[in-house]
Amino acid sequence: MINLKINGLEVSVEQGTTLLEAARFLGFPIPTLCHMEGLSPYGACRLCVVEIGEGPRAKLVSSCTYPAQEGLVVRTANERVLQARKMVLELLLASCPQSKVIQDLASAHNVRQQRFRQEHEDCILCGLCTRMCEEQMMAKAIGFRGRGETRSIGTPFDIKSEECRLCGGCIYVCPACQLRCTYTEPDKAVCGGCANLSPPCVEKENFDDMMCYMNPCVACEIDKH
Amino acid sequence: MERLTSIEDFKAMQDRLVSERDYSKPSIVIPAGTCGQASGANDLIRVTKRELLDRGLTDKIRLRITGCHGFCEAEPSVLIQPTGTFYPNVKIEQMVRIVEAVRDNQVLDDLLFVDPATGKAVEKQSDIPFFKTQVRTILARSENIDPIRIFNFIRNGGYSALAEVLGKGEPSQVVEEIKRSGLRGRGGAGFPTGAKWELLANQQNGHGKFLVCNADEGDPGAYMDRSVLEGNPHSIIEGMLIGGYATGANEGVIYVRNEYPLAIKHLLIALRQSRGFGLLGDDILGTGFSFDIKLVRGAGAFVCGEETALMRSIEGKMGEPRQRPPFPIEKGVDGKPTAINNVETWANIPLIIADGAEKFAKIGTNGNTGTKIFSLVGKIKNTGLVEVPMGITIEKVVTDIGGGASGKAKIKAVQTGGPSGGCIPAERFDLPIDYDSLAEAGSIMGSGGMIVMDETTCMVDVAKYFMSFLKDESCGKCFTCRKGIQRMHEIVEDISEGQGTLEQIDLLEELALSVKDTTMCGLGQTASNPVLSTLQYFRQEYVEHIENQRCPAGVCKALITYSINENCTGCTLCAKTCSEGAISGDKKQRHVIDSESCTRCGACVTVCKFDAVEVA
Ligand SMILES: Cc1cc2nc3c(=O)[nH]c(=O)nc-3n(C[C@H](O)[C@H](O)[C@H](O)COP(=O)(O)O)c2cc1C
Ligand code: SF4
Ligand code: SF4
Ligand code: SF4
Ligand code: FES
Repeated sequence: MINLKINGLEVSVEQGTTLLEAARFLGFPIPTLCHMEGLSPYGACRLCVVEIGEGPRAKLVSSCTYPAQEGLVVRTANERVLQARKMVLELLLASCPQSKVIQDLASAHNVRQQRFRQEHEDCILCGLCTRMCEEQMMAKAIGFRGRGETRSIGTPFDIKSEECRLCGGCIYVCPACQLRCTYTEPDKAVCGGCANLSPPCVEKENFDDMMCYMNPCVACEIDKH
Repeated sequence: MERLTSIEDFKAMQDRLVSERDYSKPSIVIPAGTCGQASGANDLIRVTKRELLDRGLTDKIRLRITGCHGFCEAEPSVLIQPTGTFYPNVKIEQMVRIVEAVRDNQVLDDLLFVDPATGKAVEKQSDIPFFKTQVRTILARSENIDPIRIFNFIRNGGYSALAEVLGKGEPSQVVEEIKRSGLRGRGGAGFPTGAKWELLANQQNGHGKFLVCNADEGDPGAYMDRSVLEGNPHSIIEGMLIGGYATGANEGVIYVRNEYPLAIKHLLIALRQSRGFGLLGDDILGTGFSFDIKLVRGAGAFVCGEETALMRSIEGKMGEPRQRPPFPIEKGVDGKPTAINNVETWANIPLIIADGAEKFAKIGTNGNTGTKIFSLVGKIKNTGLVEVPMGITIEKVVTDIGGGASGKAKIKAVQTGGPSGGCIPAERFDLPIDYDSLAEAGSIMGSGGMIVMDETTCMVDVAKYFMSFLKDESCGKCFTCRKGIQRMHEIVEDISEGQGTLEQIDLLEELALSVKDTTMCGLGQTASNPVLSTLQYFRQEYVEHIENQRCPAGVCKALITYSINENCTGCTLCAKTCSEGAISGDKKQRHVIDSESCTRCGACVTVCKFDAVEVA
């Protein structure tokens, strides 16, 4: 067994347990996006970061991939961690504002604006679909290609895959393409009122600049039409 | 080729090689690394061979073709041994005269290097300012070695460090020796090599252990590893053999980037030769110690230099970093405990064993021992590879070795550490060059890139360049690395185009810190350094771009205009040169540039002989 300390609490876990599993075992919530039980950890979204170590050597690591180690000291929600998560979410919103999953996470973390040039991408390259395809559907029909800016997901040579059984597993797990949101034109801010019932959008004149995906809204009275 | 079956055999051969040699016979040494060949060294070699044959001098004068000696500015160059006479930038016609002069024991004064500071000719290589301040323990070895001749290497003491450790039969003493030398990894992070080896030696693993030589060298502009591989491949092999013996590893891989064909060629030849002599493979020198080395060609991605990505690449998978721990030392190539070291780190090993840890530790400073090779480029007079003791000040490298500013503009910063490094301003040139001081100043040592920048270099543009490089080279796995770098690039680009806002500077800083914090591997964790260090030391330049819509260095195209001042003689040269037809004016009249159609290519500035084209 391995003994470590999470947010001041001692815990013993088995060799090979990740920090995410250990923290959740103790009941500490850590948001995740590219992690899913039953799929191998990958560490792509960086939302699950936690702080380990002490003093000047303290650093953030992704809890879904980092193995528990003897004597490790972990903080799952200090200022540095929360700040980092907010930036991750702001970047996610800037790239993929239509995702309900991302919107919910953003509003739950009090992300009220996104300051980058708005993009509309339909994939955040979290790798859930490729792992689903390979590890659960045993098909390995899709995978990552390229690196950096040109990295993408697809079948080899972009032709219809013989391996794909059209199971839909990849679509099912995708956090980006669940187009459940009803917004029309997202802009720079997120309302988030629906998630935390404390709407920032009470002022009518500011409302036009915000993203709100509740219609009708349960939190504010503004008529959106 | 006779196989050597004992240490005595080897020593006898080495003694024979040394005693056979007539050291008074002059040698013409021509460096022909990739850089030398590109500047025409092959022609010099051809001419020299012909001259030696035609004049029947083949048994009076030796010709040695070696790897790069470092003084790129002077290539193709010729070095005469044993006198040490140095001829820079030799032309084919001059080569004939040089051969004659060597025959007649003369020095050609008109072909010697002229020190720009004093205007005087300098005969000997060691007296040239560029070489004088250097401590060339690794590079100078290359001068005496023809990389494709193992006899050359052995005659110059090659493989005797290996013979020594095999003869002593105490692997743990080797680890101790390396620890005492204080050698730190030359690949960038500066991890103590002895400590790394000790960890590997202590690993219990029945399936074998692995050593890797990291020769991926992906930093743009850096080529010190290439020059060592090309110029002295056997020293890497010897280093790895000693490492294998010390740690109990039996397999090694040299991971070279595919863009280094000459290095690969020399390595393959060297591996074949040492295997043939029984210096590599099974039962080395009859001692029962076995170690073999394989060469793997890299896929050419910068990120493949990161150790976990490199291991995956060796295994034939996509070069993508993974979570550490487990560290390579526990779980490396094919799951075997693995120690990865940089080319230059390996090249230092035989030197430490041969000369002793104490001698090595005397060079440099406490905690940063030995020498480090830098590729010194940019706005200075002398560019090339320089090997200096650790802890030397930036000032010394830039002024004494580099010869100071190459143009009229003042030097304002050096950039160290390549894309993961930062810019250090001229006010801090008293900083010693060592792992800790550079990191404290917001840069890193990195693998040894050093770019000197003057007032015509725009810091926003520098940050933009590195972000642009990194956004293509990030493996793309971590969202914050991939998108974060793209966003930093986007903001810096906005600023360089005069579209930025002051709030964006704050956002840039906030983002840069988050990217540093939230990414998995060294690439992401250091990717913000170019942005953060330029913001730290040159924030005013960013502000200038935003508030005054001005690029102080005259680089950012959107913010500069070209105009012609009263120096113009009306020579019409610029008008003829401009591909856009943007310059008009009558002969002998002052010309005018039409700002609308000017594309700011700068061609007119280059051609104007009267300094009449101004950038503002
Ligand atoms: C993005 C990235 C690129 C790297 N590229 C190289 C490289 O080209 N050559 C190298 O020796 N080390 C490189 N490194 C460092 C290696 O990961 C590793 O630390 C080094 O090879 C260890 O050897 P050393 O202890 O001898 O320095 C790179 C690291 C990162 C994060
Ligand atoms: S398609 Fe969806 S699941 Fe697949 S990587 Fe992109 S965002 Fe993730
Ligand atoms: S930090 Fe960048 S290069 Fe490193 S694993 Fe993450 S995405 Fe890849
Ligand atoms: S900078 Fe180039 S395009 Fe502009 S005027 Fe000069 S030559 Fe023409
Ligand atoms: S959930 Fe851990 S990095 Fe995505």
